[in-house]
Amino acid sequence: MSLTIHQSPRDKNKFPLVALRARGFFLACVCLLLLAAIPATADDRNPLAGDAKAAKAGEYEFRINCALCHGLGARGGGRGPDLTRAQKKHAHSDAKMFQVISSGIPGTAMPSNGTNGQGVGMTDEEIWQIIAYIRSIEVKAPAKPIGNVAHGKELFSGDANCSLCHMVEGKGGRLGPELTSVGGSRTREAMIDSVRNPSRHLAWGLTESTKEFPQEYETITVVTADGKQIKGVALNEDNFSVQMMDSSEQIYLLEKDKLRSFSKSRESIMPIYTPDLLSNKDLDDVIAFLTSVGAK
Amino acid sequence: MIVVLAFSFAATIADAQVTFERLVNSAKEPQNWLTYSGDYSGRRFSPLDQINSSNARQVVAKWVYQTGATGKLETTPLVVDGILYATAQDDRAFALDARTGRPIWMYQRQLPGDIRPCCGRVNRGLAILGDKVFLGTLDAHVIALDAKTGNVAWDAVAADYQKGYSFTVAPLTVKNLAVIGVSGGEYGVRGFIDAYDATTGTRKWRFYTVPDPGEPGHETWEGDSWKVGGAPAWNTGTYDPATNQIFWPTGNPAPSNRGEGRAGDNLYSNSLLALNADTGQMNWSFQFTKHDEHDWDATQVPIMIDSGSKHLIAQANRNGFFYVLDRSTGKLISATAYGKTTWSDHKDAEGRPVANKEASPTLAGHTVCPGALGTTNFMAPAYDPKTLLFYVTTRDQCDIFSTAPQPYEAGHAYYGSAYFPSDEAEPYRGFLKAIDPATGEIKWKFEHTSPTWSGVLSTAGGLVFTGDAEGNFIALDAATGKVLWHFQMGGAVYAAPIAFAVDGKEYVAIAAGSAVYAFGLP
Repeated sequence: MSLTIHQSPRDKNKFPLVALRARGFFLACVCLLLLAAIPATADDRNPLAGDAKAAKAGEYEFRINCALCHGLGARGGGRGPDLTRAQKKHAHSDAKMFQVISSGIPGTAMPSNGTNGQGVGMTDEEIWQIIAYIRSIEVKAPAKPIGNVAHGKELFSGDANCSLCHMVEGKGGRLGPELTSVGGSRTREAMIDSVRNPSRHLAWGLTESTKEFPQEYETITVVTADGKQIKGVALNEDNFSVQMMDSSEQIYLLEKDKLRSFSKSRESIMPIYTPDLLSNKDLDDVIAFLTSVGAK
Repeated sequence: MIVVLAFSFAATIADAQVTFERLVNSAKEPQNWLTYSGDYSGRRFSPLDQINSSNARQVVAKWVYQTGATGKLETTPLVVDGILYATAQDDRAFALDARTGRPIWMYQRQLPGDIRPCCGRVNRGLAILGDKVFLGTLDAHVIALDAKTGNVAWDAVAADYQKGYSFTVAPLTVKNLAVIGVSGGEYGVRGFIDAYDATTGTRKWRFYTVPDPGEPGHETWEGDSWKVGGAPAWNTGTYDPATNQIFWPTGNPAPSNRGEGRAGDNLYSNSLLALNADTGQMNWSFQFTKHDEHDWDATQVPIMIDSGSKHLIAQANRNGFFYVLDRSTGKLISATAYGKTTWSDHKDAEGRPVANKEASPTLAGHTVCPGALGTTNFMAPAYDPKTLLFYVTTRDQCDIFSTAPQPYEAGHAYYGSAYFPSDEAEPYRGFLKAIDPATGEIKWKFEHTSPTWSGVLSTAGGLVFTGDAEGNFIALDAATGKVLWHFQMGGAVYAAPIAFAVDGKEYVAIAAGSAVYAFGLP
């Protein structure tokens, strides 16, 4: 993976300003520039690494630019992974993290800098400040992972019935969100909440890799002109048409004005998994399974 | 010879000069769309009625012009004597045969790599006067293009783009001036409204929206905060020929979401200004949101409405209130909520909604409605002099505002707080609302599938046109809000529609996705 840090037009003219603010940073930039065509390694360090003042500035930049999805303390939210984990799927080295923040991650909800609808985007220096902040709050992974992966896998495609609607690594159903990467991009708390309270956060605003629009998994119930009732999940919708899938994975393409009735609900079609249905221990196992797959 | 004659009869001759008199009397040429809002009153109303509520169901697409640009298209086209002029991302401008969509010329500015647009590399349109069209650029120049060729006639530097100044607004031409307001409220610029000699490009006047030391209003800023006080002017104002006044709205004080360090009302941020068109001198001002901490720019297009002997100006403000002012004096007549608002539960002696103390952003975060995007935003509203209704796109969304102090640094983002959706379980809701300006009452509303950034056009055909985030262009009955027609354009709408006619045939046009569309009867 080549570094694109100093190839983007927005970086021009940033050097003098940055150099004035951080002695030695200009040299670091030159070094990075020389590295531009060389694969990034863990050695590409943040020029502001360990700078407490930069980390504080980075905390505020993080609030403005990142917290919408990753949460106020970078501990993740319904839409972005917990960044306090030392082990990161997409951005292990500082240089890779810089690249991810600058350019986003294609095929995921992670946008490129300045395109998340939250304003103007960040300068290179501000991105490095954010990386300094993230590094300052990282915690080591728990010594002993929670849950039994093998049992979780068994439950997922067996007694817990998850795979009836959810696909993982090519196996499972199509009605609910595909979950192969969910363990790497959602917090444990968010996953538990999605199982225990599926309606609280539908997959709101989530853009998935195979769709260019956010599918929200609302529950749609229609009665067609000939009296047939169909209940399922919205694939997409506008004011005049709806595309939906029912529990037998049949896709229906419907014009609203030709329907006898149309109703939409944010009560998820997914059953509420109370501890009676799925014990806390079993849920830990399922999440351990999803986390192990998501880390790949 | 016969062939040549036949050809010239079929052709539309487009070489008349667009004089100031034509702009003042635009109602006499309803086939043309001469200014951003269609006429000087700002009402975005077309007197054309060939397409109307009884035949709207037959409307079909006539042509599509692909701009080749990516990102949001916020342009409002102009149409003059059969030629359509519009803009696209990265300061593209183009002229099309308005009957066929075939380009006549195309211009694209060579922008520096480090421009600082706030919210997309957008442009909202051109102004025209004489034989020139006028474009404000993302690197803070004002340029004039030859309307027949697209060649640059003059190029004036307004401000330093590296400090965060830019233009996205469609200018307004008045007399022999191109009037324009600056963007950059996210960078701590000092806002201004400029007027350039349309012939030469010489700057004739500048009105700083943040007053200099010694000027009235300066005392509403703490310490040196005025120097980076924001108050940009990034949407097009209106002009009253009867009093020779320009009414131009202004945006948020900077930093946009943090009041600490700029104690005071912060004049003339979030205000409507009445300026003498010849000199730029201010006759009156009205501030909608004092000491704003929620990024509620008051840059929405104000619409002049005459009701009997009353000369009014109305604005559906981003802060969630619909304001009607006496435009002779700037005195407030009414302020009525037209969307979900929680920030103000009382009014001052003048009747102006006042912020509750607890509405200020906090470190832990505090929920306020409307959110940072506002009840409405840049999307152009419309007023129909027949239904007497004001049509505006609205959004119901609340946000958590959480402080995040940032030092001012030239050319860097300068907000001072972050905002998040307050409740992810509660989807945002978007509407087209028809407001009676006399009472503030909402006569009808139409709910979109999701909030849209589309503006609104009303026409004498009893129609209101708007677009949605799902890519539909929609015609509604202006009196009832009933949907009469729709067309899927394949891209979200961030622009506002216009109507025009060529060879006696009415068209309605709008930009969506990365293209401009024109519609008409079969």
